[in-house]
Amino acid sequence: MSDLTEPVTPLLELRGVTKIYGSGDAEMKALAGVNLSIYPGEFVAVMGASGSGKSTCMNILGCLDTPSAGHYLFQGIDVGALSRNQRALLRRHYLGFVFQGFNLLNRTSALENVELPLIYRGTAAETRHRLAREALQAVGLSDREGHTPGELSGGQQQRVAIARAIVTGPKLLLADEPTGNLDSARSLEIMALLTAFNRDKGITVVMVTHEPDMAAYARRVVLFKDGLIANDQPQAGAIPC
Amino acid sequence: MLGNAFVLALRELRRNVMRSILTMLGIIIGVSAVITLVTLGGGATQQVTEQIASLGSNLLMVTVGKRMGPGQTSGAAAFKVADAEAIMREIPGLAAVAPVAMGSTTAIYANENWSTNVTGSTEAFFPVSNQQLGLGRLFSSSEARVGSAVCVLGQTVATKLFGAQNPLNNRIRLRKLSCVVIGLLKSKGQSSMGSDQDDLIVVPLRTYQRRIAGNQEVNMIKVSVNDGVDTELVKSDLERVMRSRRHLAANEDNNFTVLDMKEIAAMLSTTTRTMTSLLSAVGAVSLLVGGIGIMNIMLVSVTERTREIGIRLAIGALEREVLLQFLVEAVVLSSLGGLIGIALALVGSVALSGLLEVPFVFQADIVLVAFLFSASVGVVFGYFPARKAAQLDPIDALRHE
Ligand SMILES: Nc1ncnc2c1ncn2[C@@H]1O[C@H](COP(=O)(O)OP(=O)(O)OP(=O)(O)O)[C@@H](O)[C@H]1O
Ligand SMILES: [Mg+2]
Repeated sequence: MSDLTEPVTPLLELRGVTKIYGSGDAEMKALAGVNLSIYPGEFVAVMGASGSGKSTCMNILGCLDTPSAGHYLFQGIDVGALSRNQRALLRRHYLGFVFQGFNLLNRTSALENVELPLIYRGTAAETRHRLAREALQAVGLSDREGHTPGELSGGQQQRVAIARAIVTGPKLLLADEPTGNLDSARSLEIMALLTAFNRDKGITVVMVTHEPDMAAYARRVVLFKDGLIANDQPQAGAIPC
Repeated sequence: MLGNAFVLALRELRRNVMRSILTMLGIIIGVSAVITLVTLGGGATQQVTEQIASLGSNLLMVTVGKRMGPGQTSGAAAFKVADAEAIMREIPGLAAVAPVAMGSTTAIYANENWSTNVTGSTEAFFPVSNQQLGLGRLFSSSEARVGSAVCVLGQTVATKLFGAQNPLNNRIRLRKLSCVVIGLLKSKGQSSMGSDQDDLIVVPLRTYQRRIAGNQEVNMIKVSVNDGVDTELVKSDLERVMRSRRHLAANEDNNFTVLDMKEIAAMLSTTTRTMTSLLSAVGAVSLLVGGIGIMNIMLVSVTERTREIGIRLAIGALEREVLLQFLVEAVVLSSLGGLIGIALALVGSVALSGLLEVPFVFQADIVLVAFLFSASVGVVFGYFPARKAAQLDPIDALRHE
C-alpha cells in the first residue's frame, strides 16, 4: 500500500456488492455483499475455493458485468450506472484483461492480436505497430510476432495475451487464473512478467489464482468464501523479482 | 472507423477463402445471369430493329387473301400488274411500288443445283426491299418491261452454284428459262425470323410470269412510302384502292391484307423485351437466394466466432463497431460477388453473343444497377446477423466453446 500520509482515493471500490444468478428457487448468490478497496499500484492475489465467487467478482471489477445490488466505483465512478457502451469505453481506456483460456483470436498473428485494443482506440497504424512490437518485446516474444496462436505454446500464448493486456498502458490489469493452464516453469515466467509490470509501470494488478506459490508474488491476498471475503491481508514477504 | 472495419473484413474473408467464394456463389450467379440476359436481350432487340429497318424503311406489303394466321391465307384471286400501277398512280406520297411474284425453284449451273426462292419483280423491287447491288448491275426498266432472260443473285445462291468463281455473265437454268447472271446483291444476313435473306434470285416479273410460272399472277405488292408520310394514312388508301379494284361490296371483308412493317417491328421488339424481362426476373430471384445464402453464412459465422466477438467486446469494442464489422463483411462479400458476377457476365455475354449471332451491346446502367443491388443485398441480409453479434453478452460470448 501507499506509504503517503495523505489518504489516497482507491482505484476501485466495492461497496456491499451482491451478485445473484437465476431467480426464485434457482436463485444463486454468487456474491453476498462484498466490500473491497484496491489502491493504485497494488498487486492483489484473489484466492478461494471453486465456486466462491472469484470470477464473478473479477467480471464486475472488469466492467464486464454489473452488481445486482451494491456499488462498484472505478476511480470514483459508479460503474453500475453506466450504459453498456460507456462500460466498453472504460474497458478500452483503463483496463487490461488476461484470461485463463488465453482468448486470443485464432488464425491471427501474435502482432495483430496485440494490436487489437489499439485498433479500437483508433491509434494510428505506425504507432500501433511500434507499441505492439514493444509489448511483444516486453514479454520476450519479439521473434514470434508473425506466429498465430496455433503455432505457439501455451506459455507463449499467455504471454501474447499479457502483451495485449498491457499494450494500451492500462491503469488496472485483471488476470483470472493466468497460470491455470501452465506448468510451474511457465507459470513462474508469467508471474515474473506481472510483477515487473506492477513494479516498473505502476500498473495495478488483480490476479485470481488457486496456487499459493503464485499468490506468494502478491503483496496482498484476498480470500473468498461463499461469496464473501473471508480474509484480506498484506503479505510482508512478497517474493521480489 | 469504417476504414478499420473494411480492413478487418477483408482480413476475415481472406482467412476463409473457400467459404467466402461459396458464399458469394449465389450473388455471382444472380448478377451474371441478370446482366448476361439483359445484355443479350438488348442485343437481340437492337438486331430485330436493325433488320426490320433493313427490310426497307416505311414499307407496306399488300398480300393476297385475308390473313388467318402465320402463313395461312384464305383463297382469293391474285393481283395483277395493273393493280400495282393503279396504286402508284392513285395514292400520293409513295416512293416506289413493286409487284412481286415468287416461287420455289431449283437453280442449275453446270453440275451444281440449289433449290431457292425465285422472285419476279420490277426494278423497283431493289430499293423497296432495301437490296443493294454488290457486283455487276441490276436489270433496267426496259429489260423488266420486255422480260429479258437476266437474273440477279443473292450471296447464298452465288456461293452454292459458283463457289469462289465469278458468277457474272454465266448462264443458269431455272426450269425452262436459261438466264444470264448480270448482278450480285450485297449480303444481308439472317432475318430476325431466322431465314436467310441472301437465298434468292431476282428476275424481271414478266420473265417470271411467262417462262417460270406460266401465268399473269402477282402474289404481293410491296409499297415504299416517302419519308415523313404517315404510313397509317397510306394503309387506309391502299385498302380503299384495292377494295374498289377488287369490286368488294361494302358488306364484304377484305380478301387481301395490308401489312405495315412498322407494326411488325413494334410487335417483335415487344416480344423480345418481354422475354428479356422474364429471364431477368429469374436472375433476380437467384440474387435473392444469394442474399439468403449470405445471411445464412453470416449467422453461422456469428455463432462460430462468438468467442472472437466476446474478446472484442471485452477489450472495449462498442456495439456499433462489432455491428459495423459484420455488416461490412457481408457487404464486402456481396459486392465482391457482384463484381465477379459482372466480370463473368461481360465475358459470358461476349462469348454468347458470338455464339447466338446477336450483337454485343454493353449496357452500363444494368451493370451499375446489378452492382448496387448486390451491395444492398449485403446490407439487408447482413444486418440481422451483425446485430445478433453486436448484442452478445461479452461474458457469455467468452465462455462459449
Ligand atoms: N452465469 C451464471 N449463471 C448462473 N450461475 C453462475 C453463473 N456464473 C457463475 N455462477 C455461479 O456463481 C458461483 C460463483 O462462480 P464463480 O465463477 O465466480 O466461481 P469461482 O470462484 O471463479 O470458481 P472457480 O475457481 O472454479 O473458477 C458458482 O456457484 C457458479 O455456479
Ligand atoms: Mg473462476
